[in-house]
Amino acid sequence: MSYALPLSLAHVYIVGGLFFAAVSILSLLDKTNARRVMNFLFWGLLATSFLAGSFLGDLGNGVLALGLVAVGGIGLGRGAPKTTTSEERTASAERRGNFLFLPALIIPAIALAGTLAVKFTDWGPLIIDPNPSRSTLVALVAGTLIAVLVAMIWLRPPPLAPLQEARRLLDSVGWAAILPQMLASLGAVFVVAGVGQQVGLLFGEYVPLDTRTLAVVAYCVGMALFTIVMGNAFAAFPVMTAAVGLPILVHQFGGNPAVVGAVGMLAGFCGTLMTPMAANFNVVPANLLDLPDRNAALNGVIRAQIPTALPLLIANIILMRLLAFPS
Amino acid sequence: MLVLLGIGVVVLGFVLRANPLLVVMAAALTTGLAAAWTPEADLQTMYVAGVATLSAFGKAFNDNRYVSVVWVVLMAIGLLERAGLQERARAAIAKVKAATVGRLLWVYLIIRQGAAAVGLTSLGGHPQMVRPLVAPMAEGAATAKYGELPDRERFLIRSHAAAVDNIGLFFGEDIFIAIASILLIQGFLEQNGILVEPLELSLWAIPTAITALLIHTLRLWLLDRRLQRTLATKSEGAAS
Repeated sequence: MSYALPLSLAHVYIVGGLFFAAVSILSLLDKTNARRVMNFLFWGLLATSFLAGSFLGDLGNGVLALGLVAVGGIGLGRGAPKTTTSEERTASAERRGNFLFLPALIIPAIALAGTLAVKFTDWGPLIIDPNPSRSTLVALVAGTLIAVLVAMIWLRPPPLAPLQEARRLLDSVGWAAILPQMLASLGAVFVVAGVGQQVGLLFGEYVPLDTRTLAVVAYCVGMALFTIVMGNAFAAFPVMTAAVGLPILVHQFGGNPAVVGAVGMLAGFCGTLMTPMAANFNVVPANLLDLPDRNAALNGVIRAQIPTALPLLIANIILMRLLAFPS
Repeated sequence: MLVLLGIGVVVLGFVLRANPLLVVMAAALTTGLAAAWTPEADLQTMYVAGVATLSAFGKAFNDNRYVSVVWVVLMAIGLLERAGLQERARAAIAKVKAATVGRLLWVYLIIRQGAAAVGLTSLGGHPQMVRPLVAPMAEGAATAKYGELPDRERFLIRSHAAAVDNIGLFFGEDIFIAIASILLIQGFLEQNGILVEPLELSLWAIPTAITALLIHTLRLWLLDRRLQRTLATKSEGAAS
């Protein structure tokens, strides 16, 4: 792995590692947080994973994850980094006007420009590594650093402000910050153990699939339900499609496989809208927005999504029935 | 059949409202141990299986670090919040007389879904857009119309701001041919001897995308009506 140009995930992990290490140390120094040692350990372990994960070995990383779970399970505290008051913010907002939006827009702009440059120019791949297809993420992190630099020069806050402000926001997210990564790892364990095949067998055995309509309903509802449990339509897709989609809908009834695949995945997305297992979409925003019911199984975000998800699931069933079997 | 115990652990964990990190780890270990269990298995076998499961989890955890990198963005967002970004977002939207919560979120839904449809999935997101801009703008639109918001409506509006980001993303991204989910569908069908073009898959995602837009447009219109009903009477009552 090279540490010179082009920029790659290796660089991103160093930036992430240093960032979490700084948050960890600043947490330890924050006397207002009674649980500051827990915060120190949690972000410190994550920093270790980012900086040294490639050298720890699989079992070492597993033990590290176990440590994160233990610390997160005992519970993190919430620090109170020094920040501006509500009055100061209103005054600053008035003084600086809409220019305040510019640094915020630098981030997506550079993410976009970087992605396009890698794909469509000769010099793009020299700056950002095109493989493995994480160039947008690399550009996003680069854009963040540039936005921070611009904001530091323009706003002249105390030197530690970007780290302290990030710690303030990160403390409001808490242990949920690593839940998406943990769920992705659980998915990998499920694959190794063959959970998918077992669900497929069960489905094939106990669900009536005698007519096209019944099979379409079983497939779409199964996609949504399995996604609700797994938190990820990508995990549900191979299972349900191998169990019902391909053998019944495509091979037995002659449905169009492109329709079955495309609409089936979208039926799964309806499930994603309704589950706390999809942590990065449904739990993380509840924390970021300080919703009081953030830890409930059906928090405000999920409750706002269910009335769209259910009719859309029905619509997907109808669309698949009509489009996959035109005759 | 025993490997399904892991799914049971996940469901039970959520019912009991245990810490999700603990639930995930417990589910992983349960699954690995259940896969190795036979009536003849001794402690030694189970210990080996436990270590192997923890290793598999650790490998996946390390491979998926990129998922957690996104938090670096908070440095920029926090810095701008400190300088009044949310306040500015609220003030800017309050000047637009036609702005309502529903209309504002609808505009963001269109932008988010349209951007995702051409592959620009990272143009939105909860840390980057919803917390610093969309949610404060939506709250600002409501405050400009109805005055200070009760907590219930404030949190309802925030929830809808987060929901719009998800719905726009999910039902826009599959229209783009090079997105992970399309490649996953194509790859899976190919493994099973069926060749489809990514373009075909993304075309068949369009009817659902339009339906999602229509349904959520209606939802946002209903949200505006609900806010009008609950808040307008309240602010009139306060004025008189």
